[in-house]
Amino acid sequence: MTFYGYRRPDGRVGIRNYVLILPASVCASDTTRIVAQQVNGTVTFNNQNGCSQVASDQQLTMDVMAGYAANPNVYGTVIVSLGCENCQMDLVAQAIAERTNKPMKQVIIQEVGGTLKAVDMAVRYAKEMAAEASMLQKQEFPMSELILGTECGGSDPTSGLAANPLIGRLSDLLVADGGTSILSETTEFIGAEHILARRAATPEVHDRILDIVHRYEKALQLVGEEVREGNPSPGNKAGGLTTLEEKSLGCIHKGGHSPVNAVYDYAKQVDPKSGLVIMDTPGNDPSSVAAMAAGGAQVVVFSSGRGTPTGNPIVPVIKITGNKLTFAKMEDNIDLDASPVIYGSKTMEELGDELYQMVRDVACGKQTKAEALGFTEMAIARVCNYV
Amino acid sequence: MRNAMLIDSADDVVVAIEPIGKGETVEYDCNGEAVQFPALEDITIYHKVARNDIPAAAPVSKYGQHIGVAARDIKKGEHVHVHNLSSRRENLG
Repeated sequence: MTFYGYRRPDGRVGIRNYVLILPASVCASDTTRIVAQQVNGTVTFNNQNGCSQVASDQQLTMDVMAGYAANPNVYGTVIVSLGCENCQMDLVAQAIAERTNKPMKQVIIQEVGGTLKAVDMAVRYAKEMAAEASMLQKQEFPMSELILGTECGGSDPTSGLAANPLIGRLSDLLVADGGTSILSETTEFIGAEHILARRAATPEVHDRILDIVHRYEKALQLVGEEVREGNPSPGNKAGGLTTLEEKSLGCIHKGGHSPVNAVYDYAKQVDPKSGLVIMDTPGNDPSSVAAMAAGGAQVVVFSSGRGTPTGNPIVPVIKITGNKLTFAKMEDNIDLDASPVIYGSKTMEELGDELYQMVRDVACGKQTKAEALGFTEMAIARVCNYV
Repeated sequence: MRNAMLIDSADDVVVAIEPIGKGETVEYDCNGEAVQFPALEDITIYHKVARNDIPAAAPVSKYGQHIGVAARDIKKGEHVHVHNLSSRRENLG
C-alpha cells in the first residue's frame, strides 16, 4: 500500500503541509494566535510554558517545541518569542536545527518593538512561507514512511474488548509493512508492565520498560501522591473498569503483538522504520498525543470508550470506539465504530483492514472528524511546579 | 441470546455486551459452546459478571491475567466491580 505525501528536505515525509507559528513561551502565545488567524495554511497552539521552569521541566517544553517544528506535517516554522523567557530564541532555534533543516524564521517581540510590529513581521514571514508550501507537490510513498501514534482516552471495557485490540491489529499491519508504531501512556502500563516487558526485543529495552514505569511512580511519590489515586477515573469506573490493572491490560492491546524495539523519553525524535516502540508519556491525552507528534508521528489513532473530541494542531487524530452506544451518541466526533468485532458482524481482521485503509486515506489528505471540527487542543507534560 | 463475552478461557468474569437484568440468563460462548447462568443482579452493559464463585482474597482474572483480588466472597452471577474487587500490586520480579 502507498500514500501521497510531502517530502521534506530532512528526508521525512509529511501528510499535512502546515506552516507552524511557534510560541516560545506563554508570553508569545497570544501573538502567535493573532498571526495564525491572519494567514491561511498556518497552525499554532497555546504554549502555557516556556518560562519559569527548572531545567528538567523546561526540557520537556523544549522537546515539544522542537519536535513540532521538525514534525514532517510542518513545512516550516516561524518562531515567536517574547525575548526574556527561559526558552530563549537561540535555544529554541538550535533545538529545532538539531532535528531538521526545514525553513525557519524568528521574531522576538521585545526586539522588534512590541506586539503590533511583531505581528506585522511574523505575518509577512508566515505569508511567504505558506505561499512556498502551497507550491509543493505530493509524491507517492510506501506506508513504511508512516510513524503512527496510538492513544486511548475516556476508556471503558470496550476499549480493551474491541478498540484497542483493533489498534493493535493496525499497529501490527503497519509494522509488517516496515513502518513505525508508538505505544504511549506509561501510567497505563502499570500492572501490565511485566507483560509488556516480556515483549522487549532486547534485555536493555526490557529494563527500560520497567524503569519508565517505576520512575513515573516515584516522581509522583516525591510530591506525596500515588499514581493509582484518580485512576481509573470516575468515567472509567462508570463504564465498568474497576482496577488500574484491568485498565492497563486493555491499554497495552494497542501495541498489538510485535516486539518492542525501543523506548523513547517524552517527545524525543523517533527514528522512522523502527517497528513498535514505546514513548514515556502521561495517560493524559493531549500531552501524550503532543509528545508523539513531537516525536515525528504524522498520524494518531485514538480509542475512546466514552467518546472524546481531542485533536492536535499538526497531526490528524483518528477516533475509534468499541462502544456502540458511544458511537451512536458521539458520531460527530468519532471516525470508526469498532463494536462489530464484539457483536460478531465483522472480524478483527476485516475491521483491521478497514482501519488501515482509513489511515491511508487520512495520510492522503482526508480530514478526520477532529480536523473537520477544528479541534487542536494540546498540553505539554510537566515535571513540577513553576519557579 | 449471547449477551456476554468471555475474553480468555482462564477468566473468572465475562463482560456484559448488552444490559442484563436481575434473574435474566447470562449467555456467553466458550470454545464454541454456549454457557448459561442466571444474573443475580442487574448488570450494566460492558460491566463484569462472575462466571464462577470466587472466594474472598482470591485473584480475579480478565484477559487471562489478574486484575485484582476479591474483596469478599463473590457468587457466580454477581456484578464484579469496585464494591467487591480490589486492586493489588503484584510482585512482578
